[in-house]
Amino acid sequence: MERSRPTGDDPRSPSTDPEPRAAAPHRAARPKVARPLLKLTARSLVRVLVMLFLVATVTFVAIRAMPGNPVDVWVQDLQDSGLTAEQAQAQAHRVLKIDVDASLWSQYVDYMNNLAHGDLGDSIILSPGTPVTEMLSGRLAWTLFSVGIGLILAFVIGLYLGGVAAYRRGGWIDRIITNGSAVMDAIPPVLTGIALAFYVGVVWALVPIQSLRGAYSPDVQPGFNLDFMLSALAHVIAPATVYVLATVGSWALAMRSSALSVLNDDYVAQARARGLSERTIRVAFVQRNARLPLVTGFAITMGFVFSGSILVETIFVYPGVGQLLSDALARRDYTVMQGIVLATTVTVLIGTAIADTLNGWLDPRTRTEQDA
Amino acid sequence: MSATEQLLPVDVVAAPPGGFAKAVGNVRELGLGGMIGLGGLLLLVVTSAIGRFLTDTPPTDVEAILQSPSLHHPLGTDFTGRDNLLLVVRGGWDMLELAAVAGVLMSVIAVAIGMLGAFSGGLVDRVTVRMTDLWLTIPRLVLLLVIASLFPFDSTFALAVLIAVFGWPYLARQVHAQALSLRRREHVEAARLLQLRTSHILLRYLLPAMAPFVVISTITGMTAAIYQQVVLAFFGLVPLEDNWSVLFSVAYGQNAIYLPAAAWSLFTPVAAICFLQFCLVLTSRSLEGLFDPRLRSAR
Repeated sequence: MERSRPTGDDPRSPSTDPEPRAAAPHRAARPKVARPLLKLTARSLVRVLVMLFLVATVTFVAIRAMPGNPVDVWVQDLQDSGLTAEQAQAQAHRVLKIDVDASLWSQYVDYMNNLAHGDLGDSIILSPGTPVTEMLSGRLAWTLFSVGIGLILAFVIGLYLGGVAAYRRGGWIDRIITNGSAVMDAIPPVLTGIALAFYVGVVWALVPIQSLRGAYSPDVQPGFNLDFMLSALAHVIAPATVYVLATVGSWALAMRSSALSVLNDDYVAQARARGLSERTIRVAFVQRNARLPLVTGFAITMGFVFSGSILVETIFVYPGVGQLLSDALARRDYTVMQGIVLATTVTVLIGTAIADTLNGWLDPRTRTEQDA
Repeated sequence: MSATEQLLPVDVVAAPPGGFAKAVGNVRELGLGGMIGLGGLLLLVVTSAIGRFLTDTPPTDVEAILQSPSLHHPLGTDFTGRDNLLLVVRGGWDMLELAAVAGVLMSVIAVAIGMLGAFSGGLVDRVTVRMTDLWLTIPRLVLLLVIASLFPFDSTFALAVLIAVFGWPYLARQVHAQALSLRRREHVEAARLLQLRTSHILLRYLLPAMAPFVVISTITGMTAAIYQQVVLAFFGLVPLEDNWSVLFSVAYGQNAIYLPAAAWSLFTPVAAICFLQFCLVLTSRSLEGLFDPRLRSAR
């Protein structure tokens, strides 16, 4: 976030601005928006592909190419359980869709080829024979749902708190917010989750413990009906709260320092000199510009929350990707692990690409900066 | 000492103000938060050392399983009747050791990569920045868990290396930003105009100025390492002895969360971990303010 601080007005919606502003230089650039944006989108697409390639290679090396790798161990186990070497290799071939006897290089090519076709192999232990993609698809939706709600809420609340702390710099509210945020930032979400489940569900018994487990009550019919949706919303509260608590601190700190630097800018002083109300200055001048550099942080936070969801979902028995990973880790089902690593990476990368493109939309200066 | 350096005015050669010596000399400037943080850390180190080197493993006691606090067991007992207080005192050393080793390693990688990029400029800079950003966006914890589960990491050092390899990019980005701004300061520009060697500029001009920042990033690295250790332990992937994260995950595995009487065995290590993180954060924040007021509260 070392980008130069926001200096000017926001050309998105000049008509809704409470005051006409001197943003002529930016507006002049407007007609040429489409092409750089296209370029930006293409650029993030290329980046997604490169990253995917890298992550796929790392997982391949870890699972297949290192000495004592799990595939060799597994084939050996199969042989120990009475199969001949050929049978064991044939079974491995059936599950992995890779000829484990061939050279490493051709295995790598096969593996990449399978990935390009969206084939992640079959589960080995958790539910033998089921394609990993099938196991993932339903769970990814739940994780996206809960993580998405948590991320957006944390962003809104964190920005608000950070803004308040910046306006009241040095006061007691500022101290509480900044120190509290710094501490919250360092406490692993799994501990927050456990404390939450323990106090709310067990000690104070505020809500029945069943509502802290699963993604919806067992007595509703999944589908497009009101009961199901209400139940899903009620069940998402617990994990989403943990995600919010885990990330709100870092948003607040980032917003505070961003807003502080904007508050020192000349155009804010100029707005004060013009006698604009403090409210107008905060909403239209400070918040808008202070927000911009934070959008890039969204991608990092998303990766972080996705990682954190592994534990949080385990605690709340939430049927998302994280819970599947914890099962796969416990049973050493590494085709599933590999599928999850790739799937979460894809998700986070797509999110990052969206955040990047969005940033180009919101802040034209980053666009020209990157195209220069 | 090259000949050209003798020609420089004194204040150009000297490291920027707010250096290390001043900080060490003046404890009072730490402020209340810093005193609490440093004091707490000292307390933790001392008690953990006592626990590690002067006490034995607490005996199991089938007569006293999962008790609430009493005079005999001030913090209750766990599911095998061991005293929670003794367990916590014993479990700190491993935790601190791993955090310190991983934090230092993380900081070394981050400083090397961040400074390399910032001072080489050009292609090297672009490549290192890209690499850092790529590594930063990947859901690293997932990858860390998978790799830790596939291969045995059975020593503190091996585990620390693994955590450091997965944890450096965020710090590297901060170091990079810091180094970039340093590079443009006048005394560095002057040194460059005098055509001093790059290695000389790095070691004599930039490293001293970066030192406070490196200390802070090491502490940040330690908090990250603790965080990741907790996650690893939660999945049973920390093959070390009874440290706090293992105690916590074992207690959780015994369903202590649904039994208020057992909660003491769960929340004692949790409280210890939170207190450690709290002290580290307080210390790093007060050091930030001490070394460079402009850094305060910057992310």
